[in-house]
Amino acid sequence: MSDRTPFKPRDWDSHPPYLYPDYKSTALRAPRKPLVPLAPSLSELTGPVFGHDSLGPLDHDLTRNAAKEGEPLGERIIVTGRVLDEDGRPVPQTLVEIWQANAAGRYLHKVDQHPAPLDPNFLGAGRCLTDDAGRYRFVTIKPGAYPWGNHPNAWRPNHIHFSLFGPSLATRLVTQMYFPGDPLLALDPIFQGTPAAARDRLIAAFSLEVTEPEWALGYGFDIVLRGRAATPMEG
Amino acid sequence: MPKQTPSQTVGPYFAYGLTPEQYGYAFSSIAGGVLAAEAGDGERIRIEGRVLDGAGAAVSDAMVEVWQADGQGRYAHPADPRSSNARFRGFGRVGTGTDPEHRFVFETVKPGASGEGQAPHVNLVLFLRGLLSHAYTRIYFSDEAEANAADAVLAAVPAERRATLIAARADTGGTPLYRFDIRLQGDRETVFFDV
Ligand SMILES: [Fe+2]
Repeated sequence: MSDRTPFKPRDWDSHPPYLYPDYKSTALRAPRKPLVPLAPSLSELTGPVFGHDSLGPLDHDLTRNAAKEGEPLGERIIVTGRVLDEDGRPVPQTLVEIWQANAAGRYLHKVDQHPAPLDPNFLGAGRCLTDDAGRYRFVTIKPGAYPWGNHPNAWRPNHIHFSLFGPSLATRLVTQMYFPGDPLLALDPIFQGTPAAARDRLIAAFSLEVTEPEWALGYGFDIVLRGRAATPMEG
Repeated sequence: MPKQTPSQTVGPYFAYGLTPEQYGYAFSSIAGGVLAAEAGDGERIRIEGRVLDGAGAAVSDAMVEVWQADGQGRYAHPADPRSSNARFRGFGRVGTGTDPEHRFVFETVKPGASGEGQAPHVNLVLFLRGLLSHAYTRIYFSDEAEANAADAVLAAVPAERRATLIAARADTGGTPLYRFDIRLQGDRETVFFDV
């Protein structure tokens, strides 16, 4: 196993298809022609490397990284887990970025028109590097559900957006973490667009072990990136 | 053994988390549209384009990432056995929501060839609302006809679709401009790779 060992393919039994008609935006945006196979080359075996110089001291704590005159409102939570590859090996020192709505279900983004209040002490964005055991940890506020225009009375379940790099361009992943027991999951075409057998992997587990007494509820969410294939690239 | 975590769409609201400085949010960006600000080794170039949906409309909420070798074809990554130019990181990220024409623009250097049977190219990863899994493509250069003809990846693309991967060079006096529009659908749908 080396830096030059190609990655296992994207597992299309795990990832949503490009075209999923219940999610209306896919109609004009999903590529329709089959993906063209690509022999492994250095271009996909490499990828951007980020270090601690990319991070500010409070980037991992969304309850503090934009606080101006106090703490953000809402339910304080800890979200932590490990980034692993398909062989169960930790992915160390890799960048994890998150963004989310505030407790009222409102994004700071200028395009978000949902008439719920913004929170002057909450941005909703954070990032950290995994440690040598592949562990990451964020402190944040539980995001609220929010309406969207996909179909009448459509609401997104509570979720946190995640972006990960892993060791190469091939391991890049953008996903969303959901919360256990959310009744909106069964109605959400983005979550439901995921192959049924893989959906549970997107739902965090409540963890009393992670929960800190008198402080914050804890959730565990492990993320699995593509692993290495068997044979190193020649040359 | 654990299985891959499924991809989900980047959604419409990524800007304050992933491209905050470009959009004017009070959070630092890990990367932007400028990969090379000064003349280093390699030719300074500008790459710009739009992401067009199936109706031909420019997508205003896409995020485009590029990853490329330096002017001598070296990637800033441990898997590249050649030592890379430490001043050139090779990664860029922009959203299409701040330009009036919804273009993405990268200021960079033209990459060198990164290996045998590889013409100079920029790797591109595309994310957008309505795209449940990200899409990979490559930008090749119109003034590299000979190298493109010998490129193994281009050779594996059906001949009639190769043109979708080649950015057209325009020399207008200043920094050379390469134009690369991404078409998500239609007769000229851009080739996306099963990376
Ligand atoms: Fe969202």
